[in-house]
Amino acid sequence: MAGLVFFSSRSGNTARLVERLGLEALRLPQAGPPPELDAPFVLVSPTFADGEGRGAVPKPVIRLLNNTRNRALLRGVIAGGNRNFGATFALAGEVIARKCSVPVLYRFELAGTETDITRIRAGLARFWAAQESQTCLTQA
Amino acid sequence: MKDMTQPRAVPKAINWNRLQDDKDLEIWNRLTVNFWLPEKVPLSNDIQSWSQLTPDEQTLTIRVFTGLTLLDTIQNAVGAPTLMQDAITPHEESVLSNIAFMEAVHARSYSSVFSTLCQTTEVDEAFRWSADNEHLQAKSRLILDEYDATASPLRKKVASVFLESFLFYSGFYLPMHWSSRARLTNTADLIRLIIRDEAIHGYYIGYKFQRGLERVSEAERKEIKDFAFALLFDLYDIEARYTEQLYDGLGLTEDVKNFLHYNANKALQNLGFEALFPDESCRVNPAIMAALSPGSDENHDFFSGSGSSYVIGKAEATEDEDWDF
Repeated sequence: MAGLVFFSSRSGNTARLVERLGLEALRLPQAGPPPELDAPFVLVSPTFADGEGRGAVPKPVIRLLNNTRNRALLRGVIAGGNRNFGATFALAGEVIARKCSVPVLYRFELAGTETDITRIRAGLARFWAAQESQTCLTQA
Repeated sequence: MKDMTQPRAVPKAINWNRLQDDKDLEIWNRLTVNFWLPEKVPLSNDIQSWSQLTPDEQTLTIRVFTGLTLLDTIQNAVGAPTLMQDAITPHEESVLSNIAFMEAVHARSYSSVFSTLCQTTEVDEAFRWSADNEHLQAKSRLILDEYDATASPLRKKVASVFLESFLFYSGFYLPMHWSSRARLTNTADLIRLIIRDEAIHGYYIGYKFQRGLERVSEAERKEIKDFAFALLFDLYDIEARYTEQLYDGLGLTEDVKNFLHYNANKALQNLGFEALFPDESCRVNPAIMAALSPGSDENHDFFSGSGSSYVIGKAEATEDEDWDF
């Protein structure tokens, strides 16, 4: 299975979700240059939008994706948020998906529920299997 | 002769260009951008809808709103100010002063609903009802006990997050229920503004709680966690009875309780703790979830869908300024 990259602010919600997934994952630094990735990855990002939806995508995620090579390796996005924010719930996922032409794979609230963990684990396994067979087909 | 006592301590002038914690500025910006007043919402468009509720439904709605007003009043006058005394950074104090003021705006908003839709006598009666309601008074007392100046800063924050992220929801359910039936939709818009604010308040106070927890010993951390779960159990007991009293008549009690479980778990997550209620008991009526965040479920995500395919388009070049800061 390919990579999982995530950002979590010091509230730790996204980090707690990723930890419970039990999958190997790379945490983006709060400051400083983003890592250079070398394999396809799914991104997990929280949302920090104001009431108008501005500023939804955290800056460390923007820095990661402004790197063309990293962006080309992005396959999908999983977004965190809070339904109390209404239409801007998990908006970071939509913004990233639109910008990078990848699907929003899943949305969760805060640190996610048990149901979310099960669905994300199963969904990622299916997703990467499908990606792999697609690659095989193109190469055949 | 010179006074021998220590000179009065003067606080340092706050410098927002020297932050100890970036979260303070982030939350300040979100709260100030989100600032609103009830005058912004055309409540009078609900007058006709109000007249179509039965007298019992009207009474219930006014009572629920006086209950919410009480919680906002407590958070405005006692909760946020008492947290200010424990602030670690001067910027945290400023954020809390914004939170305190917005709680006053929320409390004010319910009176705007009342003056637009209701008779003065009905409203006065409902305020008397809330002052006498044993469950409302009991939950207020449990919170206020923790807000006492002598209480621990961490316990105050636990109580505050439970008020912001849990206790409001037995009340918020009703306007979301009306909204899901196309009733009182402007009032629901106003409530959604309050819900949005309370979500940021719960998140921020929970965040500061987590920072505080890092500074104490393992034994204290365990003690605080035990305290938090015990307080939540006590509050839940009261909320369950309050819910039955309010909603049995409409046959909605079980649905409201699921909404309470769902929000209790979110309150715990704001504190950095794991959920208490199992997912099966948190299945909120989809109509209520849709009323809570209208439009947010129009785009189905990939893992929940029936495996529908997607088209990968050509990626755009991105620069920082593209991303809407």
